[in-house]
Parts: sequence; C-alpha cells; structure tokens
Amino acid sequence: MPDAPGLELIRGEIEAAHPGAVLDTGFAQGRAVLSIDPARVIAVLSWLREAPGQEYRFLSSLHAADYLPAAPRFAVHYELLNRDRVERLRVKALLDDPASPAGGGVGGPAPEDASATGGGGGSPAPTGPAAGAMVLPEIDSCVEIFPTANFQEREVFDFFGIVFKGHPDLRRILLPEDYVGWPQRRDFPVGGEPVTFTYNERNYG
Amino acid sequence: MAEQFLTEDRTSEVMTVNMGPHHPATHGVLRLVVDLEGEVVRDLRPVIGYVHTGIEKSCEDKSYWKVIPFVERMDYVSYFFQMEAFCGAVERLVELEIPERAKYLRVIFLELNRIHSHLVWLGTTALDLGAISMLWYCFRERERILDLFEMATGQRMHTRYFQVGGVIEDIPLGFERKLREFIADMPVRVEQYQALLDRNEVFLSRTKNTGIVSRERLLELGVTGPLLRAAGEPWDLRKAFDYLAYPQFDFKVPVGTIGDNYDRYRVRVAEMVESVRIVEQALDGLPEGPFIADDRKYVLPPRSELSTSMESLIHHFKLVTEGYRVGPSEIYYAIESPRGELGCFVLADGSAKPARVHFRDPSFVNLQAFKDMSTGGYIADMICSLGMLDPILGGVDR
Repeated sequence: MPDAPGLELIRGEIEAAHPGAVLDTGFAQGRAVLSIDPARVIAVLSWLREAPGQEYRFLSSLHAADYLPAAPRFAVHYELLNRDRVERLRVKALLDDPASPAGGGVGGPAPEDASATGGGGGSPAPTGPAAGAMVLPEIDSCVEIFPTANFQEREVFDFFGIVFKGHPDLRRILLPEDYVGWPQRRDFPVGGEPVTFTYNERNYG
Repeated sequence: MAEQFLTEDRTSEVMTVNMGPHHPATHGVLRLVVDLEGEVVRDLRPVIGYVHTGIEKSCEDKSYWKVIPFVERMDYVSYFFQMEAFCGAVERLVELEIPERAKYLRVIFLELNRIHSHLVWLGTTALDLGAISMLWYCFRERERILDLFEMATGQRMHTRYFQVGGVIEDIPLGFERKLREFIADMPVRVEQYQALLDRNEVFLSRTKNTGIVSRERLLELGVTGPLLRAAGEPWDLRKAFDYLAYPQFDFKVPVGTIGDNYDRYRVRVAEMVESVRIVEQALDGLPEGPFIADDRKYVLPPRSELSTSMESLIHHFKLVTEGYRVGPSEIYYAIESPRGELGCFVLADGSAKPARVHFRDPSFVNLQAFKDMSTGGYIADMICSLGMLDPILGGVDR
C-alpha cells in the first residue's frame, strides 16, 4: 500500500496531469483511497496503469456500494494492485443519483409499496412502473483498459443500476433479464420479492 | 431436394448449441451457449445466475456474527475461505488482533479445506475425462478431511468455526493424532493419484496442449490462483501479503510452464502436497494460549462465566441480541482461496449490521477466461478446460 505521504504524492502527480480529477484522499486501516471525479475515471485509471512509477496494472476487484443517505449516493470502487511492489490502491468514483436530486430517500415508488405491506408472503413485486424508467447514474466503462471488468461491471449494473457507458455488452448477469429493479440499493427492501409458491398461505394462512 | 441435402457442406455450418444448465460436466448450474463449426468451438457465452440467492443482500439484514454462516454458503466447497475473508475483514475494521493460536488453527483448517477443494476438483474433473476410479479415491480422502472438520467443529460442511476474534472452540483431544495420521498418508495418496494419471495415455492426450491461454491474457482478464500459476506466474497472496501466520511457514508456490490443462492439473496436485506441509508445520508449531481474542465487546464470554459474572451476562446478552457495532468504515480484504483471489468488501455504517458485504469471487472472474480457453478447440477439450477452470457456481452466482 502507498502510505499516507505516498498517496499525497500520487494525488499531486494526477493533479498535474489531470487537474481537478482527484476530489479527496483517505487513509484508513492501512489502506489508501483515492476519491475521484466520475467523469475523469478513465483518465485517472489509465494514468495509474501506465505512468512510470505507478503501474497499477491489475484490477483486483470492481464493486459498488450505496451510501444512502450520503449526498453522492453511489460509489464504484476499483481495487487496483501493483503486483511487483505488492501495493493496493482503491480508487473510488462517487456518483450522484440523478433520480433524486435531493440526495437520497426517494429511490422510486416501488420500495415504499413493498415496505407498506410488510415483509409477508404477499408483498408486491418491487416493480413500480417508474422503476424501469428511472434515470440511472452513469460512468465510463473501463473494460478497454481492464478487460477483467467486463463481468464485474455487468454485476454492478445488475444490482445497482449504474450504467457503464461504452461497455460492450451491458446486460443483467445474475438476475433474470426481465427483472425490474436494482436490488442491492439500500432502499430496496430485503424480502421485496413476491413468493411464487403460495399454496400453504392460501390453505393454511 | 434430397440431393441438395446430401451434397451440402455440413462441416462448415455454424450451429449454436445450448449446454446446461443441468449438465453433469458443468460442475453446477452453468449454462453455455456454444457456437460450433463441426466439432470446433467458434464462440461461447456463459449464462450464469441460476443459483443466485441474493446472499449479499441478505447479509445487509444480519448482524455481523450472523453473516458468517451466510457467506460460507457462497462457494460451498471452500467455506473456510469465505469465513476467513469475512472475519478477517471485520477484524481489520474493528482493529481486533487475533491470538497466535487462532492464527495457526485457522491456517490448519484453511489448508485442509484447500486440499479438500482440490480433491473435489480432481475427482470430478478426472471423472469428466473418463477416469472414473479417481472420483472414489479422491472422495475417500475428502471423507477423512470432513471427518476432521466434524471432529473439531461439529459440522462436516459449513462449519461456522471461524469467529470474529479467533475460532469458536479449541481443537478436541485426539484431533492432533488423527490429523497427523492424515498428513502422513496424504503425500502417499497424492503419489498414487499421479501414478494413475501421469502416464495415462487418454488423460495426457486430453489435457496436454489444450486450453492454453497466455499469461498476459490471463492477467488482463484478472485470472488468479492455480490457473495463473499454471501459466508460469508465481503469484500467490499467501506469499505476497502478510496475513494469518503464513509468513512463518516454509512452502513453495508450484508453477507451470505453458499454461495448458496438464499444467493446471500438475499445479493443483503439487499444491495439495504443499498444503500438507503447511498443515504439518502449523501443527508442530501450534502455540499455546487462547484460541479467541479476549475483547468482550466483540467476542462472546466463556459460557462458564455467565452464571457468576454480571458483566459477562450483559456482554453475552448484548452480543447475541444486537451484536456489536462497527464504526463507519470500509475495507477490502483478499486472501488466496483454492481458486484464486477471494476478496471481501465490507462497508460498515456504524450500526450492528453491515451496509454492504461483497465478495470478489475468483470463480466469477476466472470464468471470463473460459472463452479464450475454449475457442478454436474441440468441444471435448472445452469440457476438459471447464473442469480445469474449476468454477464453483455457488460462488459465481452468490
């Protein structure tokens, strides 16, 4: 891991090459974190991959998190690794939720419906009519520079509804293709799925 | 009409064939849509998600200690590794140091699990290639490992043995003797497997020079673990990063040369022997002392104290009902599972439940290399490559 001063040096060098790309740095539990402007993600990742002295050529993991109710609600995490120096660096692209300019709370009508009827067997599918037409957050795809991101970006799209622009094949990967909703978002309730087999409920409920 | 049918060139026609999800050679519920030109694979699309059970989402509704049995069920062949990834991540979030003995015990069980996982792989893959007897021999040894797990943890699979702070119980009397018998036998057994396969003409012609992907391409695709090492890249997180007690053990990282299916087989078999060596060293050097940390804010107090100490009773009650809270923080902690880099991302929001638990599962990422391994080869080689890829669909789909 780059230490805290090392991280500031990296920040300074990125600032020189791409002014304004780095929003913040963090250092916790011995891990370095670089928060960046989502619009510049490809520039920063390419720089970290190619620049002499950096060469973070291995993308260990790409995943997302929902920080509801924080203001930039989503973050896509890129766990970069330099295998020669055995250094990890996390790059975090914070994304606003375009569907709710207020910055959280309302993620579409569906989850509220589901929680209103409780987690019981007959709760409706989290498929409000607006859920599919929701404005989705967007970020550039990094499949060009890190081909390993292909499946992982699809997974993030599948569960968070974050659109990766330029992805060669952005479809749902783990959920059925006709599924509606983004289940890993924090405002999507656990148990929001309708129970298909209702025999017991009908006869003994 | 019939004449045209007969004279038609049938070999250059591209036919799309569906394979799976219920196909015994896919090692789970993996569906493959394969474009075939005669018997040659021209293109391939894996379709996954058939055993997606929303474990990551369910974890968000569980207190930290209840997450452990959930994540074990992702990659159901290497459950100790999932536990270590999650417990290790949480321990790092709350900055809890685990005792030396717990580190050694964890290493013993992780490496036994690695042998177990490779045995399942070897048995089923050799079965796919027609070497049916391998399955019985491998599962015979696997049984002994499961018996050891049962003896120490009470469960054969999904043991919930690792806890945040250490392990739940010390190893029982008689465990060491039984384990020593096993580690004395295992290298001999591995030699027997090799005697059965290494000069088996059918096995050699099926595996040699098939499914080759270059080291550079594997790295681009994020492939880790035995697949990468078979291509000649000595990359092993146990050596690269300092976690648990691995720096204190002497073991080698087996690597292959060209990265064909034969190399993959050799690397995994050699890894079993190295794992036996690690277990032996861990058992020899097993330090005395507590097996779980003594921090009552995170670790359950000993059962015997509950009837005498009010403090212990309160801690026990709080831990079991609400669980412990973890301050807002996030971490990515990666370990070397039998299939490669197994990473666990935990986001804590200050409550007693994680806000996000994500697993970077090696099977999921490695599966992307399957197209490169198979295109241009025969469909029979594709089956061989899939076995050598060793995906566990529970881990792929989570």
